[in-house]
Formats: sequence, structure tokens, C-alpha cells
Amino acid sequence: MDEHESDRLCFIGGALSPSQPASCYRTLDSTGACIEDAEVPHDIDENMALRIYETMVKLQTMDVIFYEAQRQGRFSFFMTSNGEEATIIGSAAALSDEDHIFSQYREHGALLYRGFSFLDMAHQCFGNMRGHGKGRQMPIHYGSKVHNFQTVSAPLATQLPHAVGAAYALKLQGQKAVTAVYFGEGAASEGDFHAALNFAATLSAPVLFICRNNGWAISTPATEQYKGDGIVGRGPSYGIPSVRVDGGDVRAVYNATAEARRTALEHTCPVLIEAMSYRSGHHSTSDDSSRYRTAEEMGVWRARDPATRFHNFIVGRGWWDADRERQLRVDSRKQVVDALTEAQKGAKPPLSELFTDVYADMPWHLREQAAEAHAHAERHPDSLHGISLK
Amino acid sequence: MAPASPRGASTSSAQPLDTKRVPGASAADTKPTNLCSAVNDALHIALEQNPRALCFGEDVGFGGVFRCTVGLFDRFGRDRVFNTPLSEQGIVGFGIGAAAMGATPVAEIQFADYIFPAIDQIVNEAAKYRYRSGGDFHCGGLTVRAPYGAVGHGGHYHSQSPEAFFTHVPGIKVVVPSGPKEAKGLLLASIADPDPVIFFEAKMLYRTVVEDVPTGSYTIPLGQARIARTGGDITLVGWGQQVAVLERAAAMVREVDGIECEVIDLRTLLPWDRDTVEASVNKTGRLLVSHEAPVTSGFGAEVVAAISRRCFLRLEAPPMRVCGYDTPFPLVFEPLYVPSAQRVADAIRDSCRF
Repeated sequence: MDEHESDRLCFIGGALSPSQPASCYRTLDSTGACIEDAEVPHDIDENMALRIYETMVKLQTMDVIFYEAQRQGRFSFFMTSNGEEATIIGSAAALSDEDHIFSQYREHGALLYRGFSFLDMAHQCFGNMRGHGKGRQMPIHYGSKVHNFQTVSAPLATQLPHAVGAAYALKLQGQKAVTAVYFGEGAASEGDFHAALNFAATLSAPVLFICRNNGWAISTPATEQYKGDGIVGRGPSYGIPSVRVDGGDVRAVYNATAEARRTALEHTCPVLIEAMSYRSGHHSTSDDSSRYRTAEEMGVWRARDPATRFHNFIVGRGWWDADRERQLRVDSRKQVVDALTEAQKGAKPPLSELFTDVYADMPWHLREQAAEAHAHAERHPDSLHGISLK
Repeated sequence: MAPASPRGASTSSAQPLDTKRVPGASAADTKPTNLCSAVNDALHIALEQNPRALCFGEDVGFGGVFRCTVGLFDRFGRDRVFNTPLSEQGIVGFGIGAAAMGATPVAEIQFADYIFPAIDQIVNEAAKYRYRSGGDFHCGGLTVRAPYGAVGHGGHYHSQSPEAFFTHVPGIKVVVPSGPKEAKGLLLASIADPDPVIFFEAKMLYRTVVEDVPTGSYTIPLGQARIARTGGDITLVGWGQQVAVLERAAAMVREVDGIECEVIDLRTLLPWDRDTVEASVNKTGRLLVSHEAPVTSGFGAEVVAAISRRCFLRLEAPPMRVCGYDTPFPLVFEPLYVPSAQRVADAIRDSCRF
């Protein structure tokens, strides 16, 4: 018998042979104090730390005020990022601007980090002409060509194979860029997750799979989503280097992502990151999570606010103080309120935009239908509901 | 032109190819080619002309189970011509992402019967990529090739014609060539098209029909039908391998009944060439649409509805559909299930006697 053969009948995995779960990488403790001797190959300097922290505060400010705006009926839907700010912004900070992001739907913090403004967000949420997608899609389906951020798509995990094909194309074009694709632990149950990881590994695509394991897929807890060692446990069986990281520790997420990116480009391979966090808010404005989880559980996690944790870190380094904190919050709040006010006044797209962008050039049947719709609206102006004809 | 398909006559073209785009092409630059080789030829040209073109799918590297991709791996290398793992949703999703980065992916689904795992990627992703981004992003470089249709022994899962599922999807184009010359020009047009295209290849014709096909590069415009045979008594509309059946039925009723059929090869189903069908039905006063797919909610229903509205006062008989029955594709009953030339001929006679 050679070393790969055995005369023992030995099953691996599952109940018969439980293995130790992968450890969870962290560099800051829950108070934001540095863990001694933590491996930090890509330390965060003052400029980057402040950019990260400011984006976290902006994201939280936006989430609170946009959420309230939705509750007031100003637009139809919203999703917040509470509890996952460090995962989203820490990973985004480790990417290069040339890296293309394929998001799920709770990663607008990455867009904010890249410079997408509150106003850009607000235009999209109000569905006005200046919003990404020209008002054709529900709120929070952002996208931005200049920020290399593909349009959010509601079907779960469909963006994973896209990120693989895109990374492959970038590789062939000789670009020193990766794609980063975000998804939740629930989305990882979809077939597209398997297809994407398998394709990425076999076709050597430099893609970063970033799983936000926030514990909940709407009302389904992670314990009912999978067996085995979470999402990270699957990576090695696809032949993909994988790491589990504390998703509430910005510095750990940043380091894991930066190392993953370096690895992906150096070895022309995918890397899987599972960031452990908690969805402190409801799934969306259409959800009331108190119906399926306890207030105690939510309270415990809310107390572990990732922004506060990082705040303590930058204060400890002497990079931040109470005055700057106050100013940042005041400024952010004003910017968000102003953005909502302006976007709410924005014109809806004209009726003609109902029919554009289906194809590169409008085919005859859409031209015909556009003329029909136009004629109907002219006969019945009330049917326009504030939309202009042209 | 030669060996006819077992079920139909070879195709003839009443309309010229778009030779404007054929560099140095002339009537002499043709060679006898079957549909498989015509597809292979088009893929060679596409990968040669466009350095960003990719060709991939299950077993594509060694030439594909139907041999449509033979020689591409050796000619263009592993980076551009490659096997993928066995996952249709992965293949199409991968293609969408590559196209979004400016590549021109030509993905193969081994049989159209196996395209359904990819339907989410096609319907919710490829088709909406441009629209949902307000035109900022698109995956227009994507072409998905899939062999379809009855082949004599395919049973449930190697015989289906799923085109109507896709004609219901705004944002993609659906193309179904009827023979080798058509296949080459339409495939090159599909690959160059700025929108994602689902390209169904009549697998029964891969080796059974040989035509003189131009050896150079040429395209046939999408969205334009071809009048395969002119006639004044009834308009027969079909696509893919059914066009040959319609031509055979036309020959039968001409010989026996003296009925002159106009046969229209639709070529592109989305967007389809309503004007050409409408003009023909205004001339003939009768319409028959035929496809192998089950009759209910097949694309024939769309053609009949549109033409009934446009030509209502000109119609001499109710538009007819001769199609597959509403059953799964049945192996031993295939000769009775498919809309044979005889069934089509009977329907033509019924229409003319109405």
C-alpha cells in the first residue's frame, strides 16, 4: 500500500469524525485594544484608518436617516448594514480601485468608501432620473461604472459566477486586478455558490469570495442553513485558500482581504474569506426580526458595535478625539438630510426611458409599444403619475 | 447542395447573404459544408478576428460532443478555448461576468434540454444587465449556443425545442438557423451583436445537410426573415430544422394539389420579422406556423396572434399551428409527435379548403 491507501475503513467529516472548526482571525479585542503579537502584515496607517472610520460613521448615519425616511413613506424600501460595517468597509479598503466589486445587497458601505455619495444613493432610492438604473428598480439596487461596482441584483448568489468570469477576463487582459464578490451565508446555499467556487478554482480566476456570515438569512439562523464548519470549511474542498475572520474587527478584515488579494494575484487563484458578524438590524424595512429572535440576543450584539470598537482603536493611537467625532457626526447628518431633500425633488425619468436599455438598439416591437404607451398617456394624462412624456 | 435531410428537402435561399461584409467574397469562394462545420468555421473566424473572444463549455476543449469546437483548442490555446466544470448555471454566469469586462464569450450548453439550470442566469441576469444599470453595464458580448430538436432517438432529454421559454424574455435575442449557410452567417452576427444571444442549433442537421457555404467571413442580419420559397396560396412559417419540413410539405401539396406555398424561415425569433410575414400573409391570405415544441404557448402562438391582428380582414382561413403535442418528448412515438411534412400538408389542405 502506498501512503494514499489504507486498510482502515475510515469515514471523514460529519458525526463520525468531527474536526476542529477553523479558527477566527482577529487583531483587536472586543474593546478595540490591540491583541498582543497578532499577525498584522498590512498595518493600517493614520490616513487609511480615518478614511475607514469616517466611512463607518457615514454609513451608520445614512442607515439611520434613510431607514427613518423609508418608515415615513418617502420611498418604498431600505436595507441597513448595522453590525457588518467593519466587514464591508474593512474589505473594501483592502481593494484597489481597479478591482471590480460584485455585491449582494448590503454592501453600500463599499460604495461609500469608493466615493459614491449620499446623493447618488438617494437618487437611486427615490427612483429618479439621476439614480443608477433610471428609476427602474427598487431602492438599494445601486451600481456605479466609475466606481467599478456592478449593479446590485436581488436574486441570491447569481453574482458569484459573474465575478469568476470577470476575474478570468481581467486575467486574460493582463490586468493586475481582482474581482471581489460579497454574499451572505444564506446565499452560499444556492447552486451558483458551488458553481462559482468550482469554476474559479478550476479556471484559476483571481476572485475574492467574501462571505458575510451575519448569522441570519431573513429569519433562518445559520444553524439551519448548513452543517459542517460554516462557509470557510467548504473552501479547501474546492481547492481554494480560505480564512475565517472576525467580521467586527476592521483591522483583521482589512488584513485578511489584503493578504487574499496578494495571494489571488500572485498565485492566480481564488480566495475565500468568511467574515463572522451579526445582522444587528432587521433584514430589510419589510422585516421585523423581533418575531424570530430575542431582544437579548440583539442587545448583546448591538453592544458590540464594530464602529465603536474601531473608534477606540484610533483614539488609542491618538488619531481621533471627541471634537472630530462630534464634527463628523454633525456634518454627516447634514449631508444625508440634504441629499434626501434634493433627491426627493429629482425628476422621475420620462416615459420614453421605460423602453430604452432593454437592447443596445431599440427593436421594432419596443418602438411600437413605446408609441402605444405614449399615445395612451397623452389620452389619459392622469396615468402618468408625475412622469413626463419625454 | 446536397444530401437532403431524412425529413426534408435541402434549403434554398431566395435572398442573398449580406455580402457587403464579406471581404473579397464571390460566388466562387464556397465549399460544401455541413452545419457542424459551418458552426466550427464561424467560431474559428470569430476567435481569429476578435482577440477577446472566448469559447467554453462542457467538453469543448477536445472538440465538443458534436465536434463543433474541433481544432479551436489547438489553434487558439487553453486560455481562450476551455472545458468548464459540469454546471450550466456556472457556464452562463461565467460568460455574463466575462462579457461585463468586455470579453466576447461564446458559451456552449451541450444540449438545449440542459439549459434550464441556467435559466435564472439568462432571465434574471443576462437579460436585465443593461436595463437595470440604466445602460452603464451590459453583457452584450455573450452568445450561448445550444443544440436543440428532434433527432430520431433522443427521448425526453435530447430532443426538446425550448425556444419559446426564451422569446418571453426581454433583453435577449433568440436565433435559430435553418441550415449550414444560415448558421455560419447568423452565428457570426450573433457573436458580434451588442446584446446577449441564445443560439439554437438544429442538431439533426449537423451532419445531414450539406450546402455550398462561403468560406470567408459574412454575417446575416438578426431580426430579418428569409423567404425560402415563394408562393401565392398560403404562408408557412418555421425556423431551424422545421423549415426543411415545411419545404417538403410545400413540394407535396404543389405536386398533388397544385397549391403554391410561400415558406418563411424566421431565423430570429426575438426580435422576429413581423413585416415579412405580414406582407406574405397579405398576399396569400393564409397562415400556418409549425414548430417541434409543444403547441401550447409555443412561439407559433405569438406569430398567429400578431398576424391575426395585422391581417384580420385579409385572412381567408383561421391561422393554423402544426406543432409538437403537449406531452413530454416521447421516444417511440417521435414520428407521430413531430409535425411531419404529412401533417403539415394535411393542414395546408384544410386551410385552403376552409
